[in-house]
Amino acid sequence: MSHQSDKRIKELELIANTLRRHVIEMVSHAGSGHQGGPLGMADVFAVLYFHALNHDPKNPEWEDRDRLILSNGHTCPIRYAAMAEAGYFPVDELKTLRRLGTRLQGHPERLKLPGSETTSGPLGAGLAQAAGLAYAAKMDKKKWRVFCQTSDGEHEAGLHWEAMLFAGKYRLDNLVCIVDRNNIQIDGRTEDIMPLEPLRDKYEAFNWHVVECNGNDVEAVVAAFEATKSLFDKPICILTHNIPGKGVSYMENNFLWHSQPFKPGEAEAAYAELDAAKKQLKAELAKL
Amino acid sequence: MIRKEAKLVDPLLDPKIEQKPTRDGYGHGVVEAAEKNPNVVVVCADLTDSTRNADFKKKFPDRFVQVGVHEQFLAAGAAGLALGGKIPFITSYAMFCPGRAWEQVRTNIALNEANVKIIGSHAGVSVGPDGATHQAIEDIAIMRPIPGMVILAPCDALEAKKATLAIAEYKGPCYVRFAREKSPVFTTEETPFEIGKAVTLRSGKDVAIIACGPLVYQALVAAEQMADEGLDVMVVNSHTIKPLDEKAVLHAAEACDAIVTVEEHQITGGLGGAVAEYLAKTRPTIQEFVGVPNVFGESGEPNELLRHFGMDAPAIRQAVRKAYKRKTQR
Repeated sequence: MSHQSDKRIKELELIANTLRRHVIEMVSHAGSGHQGGPLGMADVFAVLYFHALNHDPKNPEWEDRDRLILSNGHTCPIRYAAMAEAGYFPVDELKTLRRLGTRLQGHPERLKLPGSETTSGPLGAGLAQAAGLAYAAKMDKKKWRVFCQTSDGEHEAGLHWEAMLFAGKYRLDNLVCIVDRNNIQIDGRTEDIMPLEPLRDKYEAFNWHVVECNGNDVEAVVAAFEATKSLFDKPICILTHNIPGKGVSYMENNFLWHSQPFKPGEAEAAYAELDAAKKQLKAELAKL
Repeated sequence: MIRKEAKLVDPLLDPKIEQKPTRDGYGHGVVEAAEKNPNVVVVCADLTDSTRNADFKKKFPDRFVQVGVHEQFLAAGAAGLALGGKIPFITSYAMFCPGRAWEQVRTNIALNEANVKIIGSHAGVSVGPDGATHQAIEDIAIMRPIPGMVILAPCDALEAKKATLAIAEYKGPCYVRFAREKSPVFTTEETPFEIGKAVTLRSGKDVAIIACGPLVYQALVAAEQMADEGLDVMVVNSHTIKPLDEKAVLHAAEACDAIVTVEEHQITGGLGGAVAEYLAKTRPTIQEFVGVPNVFGESGEPNELLRHFGMDAPAIRQAVRKAYKRKTQR
């Protein structure tokens, strides 16, 4: 890896750190919402919005943009944070999350927020919509790609498997399903609630390509998205192995932080930890 | 008397009147719609022939999408197709879509304002021998509360074709229910059709029947027969259940002071409910409801079932007498 790309990776890590702080601020300010998933996906979203996606924040309806469908709508704080940082709307607006009249609904709505691509929340429905979009793009011989962010827990929904069969049948290689493999869901660990393993084998059996990466290693995430560009003839799954709550030590790998309100002092502790990490990242960046 | 402006076939009560299922009208209509607009696509869930998509598939193989027995995907995937600029006609039996796929219809299609056309075939008890599992008689009720959803129930195969062409032009989610069984084709090319505009087929002053779907013909038969009893019965074809033609409903209520609603659907939550909700707040009017009385369907021949559940012409006449009696004894 060249010096320049080391620098780029470090910059993306810094962006991910900023996104994590936004997530804590938003959910803390709203008094409800989800933290674990969004923190775990911060590195993937930094890579998506600042590296992988072909998009134009000033023209969210640009016809040739890549589409990003957020299937597990409850993780929208990370998407909102990334969109604000990318320039879709002012960062200040993040404070309106979940408030009456906001564009930043508790679960995202296409008609309220340009660039959110679809309305999502009820689990398992994102990949179906993404597959429909990818099919439409193929019909019209368009070059844009469709990315679909999914949770591992929502893989329990039958509709998701309907979409996997469909995408496999029609060889939608313009479709990339990103799986937030953080092993938690509301009631506990996925393998206790309803085991999903061997998940890679399942995707492959449904005629998908699978790329795996450590979703909290920005360099590995970048490499995974790069790898998708040379895979053809089948839809592509990126299994990103993430630590839920990543970046805030008391939340990491604790399923209770899928979603729960902050107690006094908890948000401040998270800020302190994230700010210390930022300082460190900046120092490292300065050396590159 | 039958209104000339309705341009119905003459003679209307000819026992040899042409019979066709409304789903056939859809099949012809969707091909014509596709010829006009290259974005029209058909999505099918393993019921190509019985949902009358065989012609479309033959003429537009590249615009025909087979998804298999995946009704939830049918709705959610179509939302994606629509977001990608297509006008998907998603087709299954009404029991399965919107029935099984209701949440995807609500969230992915309606809340998303995705331009998807939901084609529910085999609606009503006249599906016949297949029995209760396949007889969609709750579909209007589950669709009515969804904001922005247009709901149509064409009265014959010709109106079904017009409805199919109209929804292809209309921008936004629509649901159209079609029937499996043959029924009289009693309208003509000249009979007016416009989404949201009910058509008064027969004028009258004693009782107004507001009906939808193939039972509109039974309503006309009942009304014609009742002239012998000295009753002058109006018949309104409310092919659009949502948005309800409130002006036409109000006119019927003011002209006759007694209403009978007729539909091959549960009485709960259907056209009758829509009419009653509207009149209760504008002009409370005596109303009788012809429909399925909150029971499940069962196997039988279509005509037997219409009689069994009290939805054929004699049952409609009975409801009209009751409404008239309530009005005159008030």
